[in-house]
Amino acid sequence: MAAVSSGTAKVTLPTDTQILITREFDAPKHLVYKAWTTPELVRQWWHANRGEMTVCEIDLRVGGGWRYAMVAEGFGEVAFHGGYREIVPNERLVTTEAYEGIPDADANAAVDTLTLVEVDGRTTMTILVEHPTKEGRDGHIASGMEAGMQDALDRLEQVAVSLS
Amino acid sequence: MMLDMARAATTADAFNAVGEPRRRQIRDVLAGGERPVNDLVTQLGIAQPQVSKHLRVLRQVGAVEVREAGRQRLYRLNGRALKPIYDWVSEYERSWSERFDQLDIVLEQLKEKEAGDGSSE
Repeated sequence: MAAVSSGTAKVTLPTDTQILITREFDAPKHLVYKAWTTPELVRQWWHANRGEMTVCEIDLRVGGGWRYAMVAEGFGEVAFHGGYREIVPNERLVTTEAYEGIPDADANAAVDTLTLVEVDGRTTMTILVEHPTKEGRDGHIASGMEAGMQDALDRLEQVAVSLS
Repeated sequence: MMLDMARAATTADAFNAVGEPRRRQIRDVLAGGERPVNDLVTQLGIAQPQVSKHLRVLRQVGAVEVREAGRQRLYRLNGRALKPIYDWVSEYERSWSERFDQLDIVLEQLKEKEAGDGSSE
């Protein structure tokens, strides 16, 4: 066990159109920022062990764009892209986030604000996801559930196969 | 189709009801057992009309139930109604937790590398 888990992500909904994700990391903020913004490093964690990351492009400047894609087991390719609006190195990133699996992805893009606050070598990360509509916000959360249910079904299938 | 949409809307609305930070606090207090509204007012430190408003929303989605006990009204959580809502948010939470667990591993490597660089200079 090289890594110490610093706790689970906490999700709350401050308003009808927002999602707020909070997580603490046992590392200083400049390393969290580096892991968040360096393509070779993002490739190592963004997949969440649910598949393989196929695209990871980061043009880290205001007006620059990013695009992430992964192939998830039994789920095909999912891709996201957006543009950087505000960059304060090691502290704050504001980007748009469009999910390419929905119609009018760019018109329905969310605005994500990443904030890093360091205390005694530990960093609290908050990600505020703001959707243009409540329906968009709800759909975003529901898509996580669908992927998770697919995971659960896959696991169930593995268990079933191992029992047969 | 209509049915599916109606069900999705219900889950979403229920999720709103329990996900809003104040209502999350109310849930946490009620998780300890039945409470009259005054207890919630004291524990949350906000005015009774606001607490009542949040309780009304929670009752509308079935997350909280109320019963009369003498002159008091006691509020309690309805775990069965909450289950699908928890499933909804917890799956989303879980996917982020798994992603962050991977990020923890990357951060450990970066910390080790930085410590190594420091000592060699």
